[in-house]
Amino acid sequence: MSDIKLKIVDRDGVLHEVDAPTDMNMNLMEVVRSYELAPEGTIGICGGMAMCASCQCYVKSGHELPEKSDDEEAMLAEAFYVEDNSRLGCQLHITPELEGLEVELAPEEA
Amino acid sequence: MIKTDILIIGAGPTGLFAVFEAGLLQLKCHLIDALPQPGGQCSEIYPKKPIYDIPGFPEVLAGELVDNLMEQIKPFQPGFTLGERAEKIEKLEDGTFVVTTNKGTKHNAPIIAIAGGLGSFEPRKPLLDNLSKFEDKGVAYMIKEPEVYRDKKVLIAGGGDSALDWSIFLAEIASEVTLVHRRNEFRGALDSVEKVQQLKNQGKINLITPAEVIDLQGEDKLEKIIVRKTDNSEEIDLEADNFIPLFGLSPKLGPISEWGLEIEKNAIKVDNTLDYQTNIPGIYAIGDVNTYPGKLKLILCGFHEATLMCQSAYQRIYPDKKYVMKYTTVGGVIGFDGSKKEAPKAVVKTIE
Repeated sequence: MSDIKLKIVDRDGVLHEVDAPTDMNMNLMEVVRSYELAPEGTIGICGGMAMCASCQCYVKSGHELPEKSDDEEAMLAEAFYVEDNSRLGCQLHITPELEGLEVELAPEEA
Repeated sequence: MIKTDILIIGAGPTGLFAVFEAGLLQLKCHLIDALPQPGGQCSEIYPKKPIYDIPGFPEVLAGELVDNLMEQIKPFQPGFTLGERAEKIEKLEDGTFVVTTNKGTKHNAPIIAIAGGLGSFEPRKPLLDNLSKFEDKGVAYMIKEPEVYRDKKVLIAGGGDSALDWSIFLAEIASEVTLVHRRNEFRGALDSVEKVQQLKNQGKINLITPAEVIDLQGEDKLEKIIVRKTDNSEEIDLEADNFIPLFGLSPKLGPISEWGLEIEKNAIKVDNTLDYQTNIPGIYAIGDVNTYPGKLKLILCGFHEATLMCQSAYQRIYPDKKYVMKYTTVGGVIGFDGSKKEAPKAVVKTIE
């Protein structure tokens, strides 16, 4: 069992420092849900298929992240509140390389 | 007025399977769904994606699962009200309910089973200040009657299949079609992308990318749209009669949340120790739309919940009747259409 530390700012601007396992096949969206940092039903709506943007987040730290897939790219092209550092949490797998990652959850779409 | 035994709100896998379990108990079902086709998320969001945790199916495409469920429930002749959203509920003096859709269709049943998943799929609306002011006055989120756009100046926003397909379609009808997208790249069927390219070259579609609509203007109806190029911040004023943002659909619990049901975590609280009934007797919630301690939003859990709900519904409708659950292997499946499926009978015969 190996955990990494993540810094996640929720939609109310509150910073949470959480431990995330690298060996549970989890992604960032699921970590946020497991700590209930955003209400159920407002994040991960499509279940993690890059088919909604409810897990959009802004990456604040300089970590080198995996390239966006075509699906993620296309979803972010349609989503709202998108910034240059936007990613879909469900497409970021928790790996040891993400140790210390800092992200902020994007606002909920109306 | 449509009358039935169990009125199911939501025609996703859980709602569809409920028809089967109800049918085994000789209860009739009618389903309402906001989408134009049955299947819920499985048909709308991910028909081509495989599912690996349906018991007995090592792998099944979501769309195939829906097709199979439709086949399985066919003998029980469910009714469908599709493309309409359940809006209002009233309780009558006889204890039954009347559910009215946004289009005014009325349904009467003693039992309501909400199998609404994440809610009804609503168009995603862009974040523009005066968007609602122009709704039905030039702004529409889906195209119902293309003729409305004849000889009009139409602006479509979006980068997916529906934006491409409608741009192509309206290019022949409207006097002017402008397609605005935040990226230079479009995601859609290759045919559609090439066709838009062709129409652009012929001057039949005015393509503005990468760009965003930033403002809508007009007195009583939409007259002008301001588009900003995202690469050089240039602002373009366009005369327009219609603005059609096509940014896909997102689910909303919607009017059901006003029905007096206990809601927790954007889901309906039910009694999971017994029958998935809500705080209002006679109204059940099954599948992804409900919540209880330990809830998992899985199709297979929805099937189980649907089954228990039907047994409880039967008892509610026929409080004096005695009944025990019967295996389909033993009782077969007797459809309302007169069809009968049953295990082949063994013969008893001497072998000489």
